[in-house]
Amino acid sequence: MLDQPEETHGDGVAPELKDREVLLSVNNIEVIYNHVILVLKGVSLAVPKGGITALLGGNGAGKTTTLKAISNLLKSERGEVTKGSILYRGERVQHLSPSDLVERGVIQVMEGRHCFEHLTVEENLLTGSYTRKDRAAIADDLDLVYSYFPRLKERRKSQAGYTSGGEQQMCAIGRALMSRPETILLDEPSMGLAPQLVEEIFGIVKSLNENEGVSFLLAEQNTNVALRFAHYGYILESGRVVMDGPAKALRENADVKEFYLGMSDEGRKSFRDVRSYRRRKRWLA
Amino acid sequence: MPDQLLFAMEVSLNGLMTGIMYALVALGFVLIYKASGIFNYSQGVMALFAAMTLVGIQEGRVPFSHLINSIFGTHITEFGFEVPALLAILLTVAVMIAFALFVQKFVFRHLVGQEPIILFMATIGLAYFLEGVSDLMWGSEIRQLDVGLPQGINGAIDNATFEALGYGFFIDNLDISAAIIAAILVAVLIAFAQYTKQGRAMRAVADDHQAALSVGISLNYVWILVWSLAGIVALVAGVMWGSKSGVQFSLSLIALKALPVLMLGGFTSIPGAIIGGLIIGMGEALFEFVVSSNDLFGAWFGFTFSATENWFAYVLALAFLVFRPQGLFGERIIERV
Repeated sequence: MLDQPEETHGDGVAPELKDREVLLSVNNIEVIYNHVILVLKGVSLAVPKGGITALLGGNGAGKTTTLKAISNLLKSERGEVTKGSILYRGERVQHLSPSDLVERGVIQVMEGRHCFEHLTVEENLLTGSYTRKDRAAIADDLDLVYSYFPRLKERRKSQAGYTSGGEQQMCAIGRALMSRPETILLDEPSMGLAPQLVEEIFGIVKSLNENEGVSFLLAEQNTNVALRFAHYGYILESGRVVMDGPAKALRENADVKEFYLGMSDEGRKSFRDVRSYRRRKRWLA
Repeated sequence: MPDQLLFAMEVSLNGLMTGIMYALVALGFVLIYKASGIFNYSQGVMALFAAMTLVGIQEGRVPFSHLINSIFGTHITEFGFEVPALLAILLTVAVMIAFALFVQKFVFRHLVGQEPIILFMATIGLAYFLEGVSDLMWGSEIRQLDVGLPQGINGAIDNATFEALGYGFFIDNLDISAAIIAAILVAVLIAFAQYTKQGRAMRAVADDHQAALSVGISLNYVWILVWSLAGIVALVAGVMWGSKSGVQFSLSLIALKALPVLMLGGFTSIPGAIIGGLIIGMGEALFEFVVSSNDLFGAWFGFTFSATENWFAYVLALAFLVFRPQGLFGERIIERV
């Protein structure tokens, strides 16, 4: 089985974050949609405080489902966690509503931005503070968000539906920040954005992580960018974690290069080879 | 001809007043549709239920008295006291909020994420259920509703127009109070939606359920809120129509008159519901006035129509569906390419 990637597993934490507290731990969860469709078949992962943890994999690998299982947006899509446990700061959070989780500091930024189109950018940001009671601090946080995303300040009075894709992504991240989160579950921030904007957004994610101490669990198809900014990575394939390790190690791994970065020892591979490779792999898997 | 013009003015004014009554019903539809995407077929029945509850409480009648009497062989019908109008209204508001809780808990909570058509069917079921409950609770007799709103022709307008134009306009006091109440109601609703946290949450839910959930807005809470608001709007509509034509089961059919109003004004716009109502009300009154008049329409075509009020609004709505499906003020569908 030459083309089957070797399963290798790390110890769940990047070397530089070794002594950090683990905020979120997902233990062997199984997710079923509509009572029949098994999507996750035993996913485990850990998110340390102050780290950026990447969840990688192709379409349908289960990245979004994992995030939604954590934030509990699954329920509104008729999905449920049938096995395993999800702990946040040691507390089981499977039965909490999304708003309970937001109050505990876990918020999801959904794939495809999902801004409130007919609300202005500023109103969008303010909806992020829905669960908070401390009115005075909300105004300060609005300024903080604007300092990270000056573009949003320029457009604060325009309807979010009429802003550009990059601005909408910023709006969605800013909205999440308004809840004063401890952990942001960020789903596919690069989707549909120009490479330059992707760099800009990831740069902001990095500085939020470093300056504000926000932890990120990041689902991303763009393996290259994600591994450059993350501390630790998990690679999902058809609902299972097939490999995990510190981002640096993953970047160097031959299989990851082959399957996800489109590189091999001989340099860049032609697309035709990659495709046949992937197809045969499915057969064997 | 000035005579005709004066008549036309009076007819238009009265049409505007009727239009406001339509708008009151349409408003309830807009609230629920905007926040949950549910087209609430039962809005008309909610108005009926609210009006019947109000009358029942005011007259101090025992709810479900028929049922109780036939089970226990008793003969209770009334408590023997009358409740003042204001208190009765407050109690009815409480009943409408309880109804909103009931609807959310037993119906729509279980249908989250279902197709719009399924939600629509559920509201049809709800409409018949509520009609049955109203009957069981308060009986099916026609009742007079009087919450102390002024009745009859407004003398001041009659005198003023008579002195100025030599022809007194007959405008019903009830219509004038309906217009004032509707204006206040709309102003309050808009202020609530635009400037409060809950209002913002309501609009957020209207835009994107999933995203609203993700920032921690409880859909359940927002939906209870809008159903309560819709219940209160239904109460206002029920009071107005009930004071005008008595509280009876045909009251629920005013919902059908709200449909063309919605198509004209747009399903998602609160001001749209009001302006749509005004256009329909005035349009149908003027149209009827012109085509049934021997001097105008008859003089040119040699024949006249009558009872056009039954269909005019629907034809107008049809024309709107063809040329401007989102209505005059409906939310533009934002489509980024």
